[in-house]
Amino acid sequence: MAATGTVSDRAARAAPPRGRLAQGGTRVTLLRLAIIAMVLITWEALAYSGLLYRDVVPRLEVIAAALWTLLIAPDTWRHLGVTGYEIAVGLLIGGVSGLLVGLLLGANRALARAYEAYLYYLGPTPKIIFFPVMIMWFGVGFGSKIAMAAISCFFPIALSTASGMRQIDKVLIRVGKSFRLNAWQMTTKIYLPAMRAPVVNGIRLGLGVALIGALLAETRLSSQGVGYLIIQAYSVFDMPRMYAMLIILFVFAIGANALITKLGGLHRS
Amino acid sequence: MRASTSFFPCGKDVDGRDEPGHDGVVGRENHMTPPSLRDRVVPAALGLGTIVVAILAVEILIRAGWINGFIVPLPSDVAMSFGKVIAEENILGRFRATFLEAFAAGAMITVVGVLLGLLLYRVALLRAATETWVAALASAPTVLLYPLFLVIFGRSASTIIMMGFVAGLPPVILKTVEGLAGTRAVLINVGRSLKLTPTQQFVKILLPSALPTIFVGIRLGLIFTLINVVGVEFLINFGGLGQLINDLFERYELSETYAAICFVILVSVLFFVITEWIERWLRPAQ
Repeated sequence: MAATGTVSDRAARAAPPRGRLAQGGTRVTLLRLAIIAMVLITWEALAYSGLLYRDVVPRLEVIAAALWTLLIAPDTWRHLGVTGYEIAVGLLIGGVSGLLVGLLLGANRALARAYEAYLYYLGPTPKIIFFPVMIMWFGVGFGSKIAMAAISCFFPIALSTASGMRQIDKVLIRVGKSFRLNAWQMTTKIYLPAMRAPVVNGIRLGLGVALIGALLAETRLSSQGVGYLIIQAYSVFDMPRMYAMLIILFVFAIGANALITKLGGLHRS
Repeated sequence: MRASTSFFPCGKDVDGRDEPGHDGVVGRENHMTPPSLRDRVVPAALGLGTIVVAILAVEILIRAGWINGFIVPLPSDVAMSFGKVIAEENILGRFRATFLEAFAAGAMITVVGVLLGLLLYRVALLRAATETWVAALASAPTVLLYPLFLVIFGRSASTIIMMGFVAGLPPVILKTVEGLAGTRAVLINVGRSLKLTPTQQFVKILLPSALPTIFVGIRLGLIFTLINVVGVEFLINFGGLGQLINDLFERYELSETYAAICFVILVSVLFFVITEWIERWLRPAQ
C-alpha cells in the first residue's frame, strides 16, 4: 500500500538520494577549489603584469618564502606569545567581570531595566577611542593592551550571559529550588550548565573583539606583539612580510576561535 | 544540510545581543513581560542616578587627591570642555567628514551587499560554496588589514571608506540571502500564477518581503562600518572624529580628550538608536 507507507518509507522518499547529496557535495567542493584557484591565478597574473606596484602585490612564492622565514624565526613566536598573553589576560578579566555582570542582570529584572540599556548602547561604540585613556591609566606596556582587550570583550560576554540566563528553562530553576540549593550551587549546578551555549558564544564573540582591541592597540603604540610586527613591516614597506604576518594572524584568530568552541563543547554543523 | 544564513551564533549580533529580526527572535525586551510605568521609571531613575553618583564620586575623589588629576580630569572640567571642543576644534566639520565617509561606505555596502546577496540567492551552488566564507569574513578581524589598505589607497579618505566597506559588507550579503530565502512560498506562487516576469517577481514580491531582514543586515553593516571608520581615523590620524581624539591626546589636552570621547560615544549611541528605530518601523511589514 503505497499510499500508507511506514514512517521510514516516507522519510526515505522525502530525503534526497544519498548519491545526489554526494554529487552536490562534490560540485560544491569543485566550485570552492575553482574559486581559490581563480583568486591565486589572478593574484599571480597581477604580480607579473606590473599593473600595480610589484611590492603591493608580490608573487605568491615570495609571500610563501616570507611566511617560512617568519615561522622558523624564534622572535615571531615570542611576539605571538606576547599578543596571546595580552589577549588571554584581557579575556580573563573582561570575561569574568562580564560573566558576573551578566549573571546579575539576568537574575534581576529591576537591575536589568536600570543598567542593561547602557551596556546595550555602549557595546557597539568603537572601543579603540578609549586607547588614549588606557595609555594614561595603564601606561604604554602590556597594561593598556590588556585593558583594551578586557573592555572590548566585556560587553558581548555580559549581554550574552544576561540574555542566556533569561532563557533558562524555568523547570530547571524550580528543580534547583526544590532541592534547596544555595546561590553558589544554583550558579554552578543550574545556571552555568544551562546557559553554556550563550556563554560560550559570548566568549567566542568576546575573543574576536578582544583580539582586535589588543592588536589595534599594538599597531598604534607598542614595541612588541603581532600588531607591532605588522605595522613595522608596513613602515619599512616589506609587503611580503606584512602579508605573511596577516596570514599568521588570521590563522591564529581562527585557531583560537575553534579552540574555544571545542573547549565549550559546541560543535557547529 | 543547508548552511545557516545567520553569521552570528544563536541569533546574536556583534556584541552578543539578540539579533533583532533573526529567525523570529526580536530584541531583548521580548524576554520580559511589558513593564508598567512605575517599573520603567524607577529602574531608569536608578540607572541615571548611579551614573550621576559615580560622576560626583570621581569629582570628589580627584579634588581630595585620591585620584591623580593628571590622569583623570575633573568631570566638571570635561563638561566645560565640550564648549571649547565644539567651538575651537571644528567639531561640526569633523562630524561632517566622518558622516560622509560612513555614508559613502554605507551606500557601497548597501548596493554591493544586496546585489551579491541576490546573486547568492539566485545561484544555489554558489551560495552553498561561499556562504560559510562570507560568514567567516564577518567574524574575521578585517580591521587589522588597515596597513594593507594604507599601502594601496594611501593615507586618505579612500582607505577609511574601503575599510568601512570591507567590515560592513558581509552582514548585508548574509541577511539579504536570509531575507530572500525566507520569502513565503505562497507569495512566490501568487507571483507565478500572475505570470510576473523575474524582474516583477523581485520588485513586487521578493524585495518587499525581504526588506525588514535586509534592513537588519544594513543596520548591522552600518554599525560595523561606523566602528571601523572612527577606529581607522584614530589609527591613521586622518579624517573626522577619530582624528580629533588622536589630536587632542597628542597635545595632552586631557579634559578635551575625554570630552571628545564622550562626543563620539554620543554620536555612536544616537546612530544606533536611530537605525534601531527605523528597523522597528519596518518590522511590522514582515
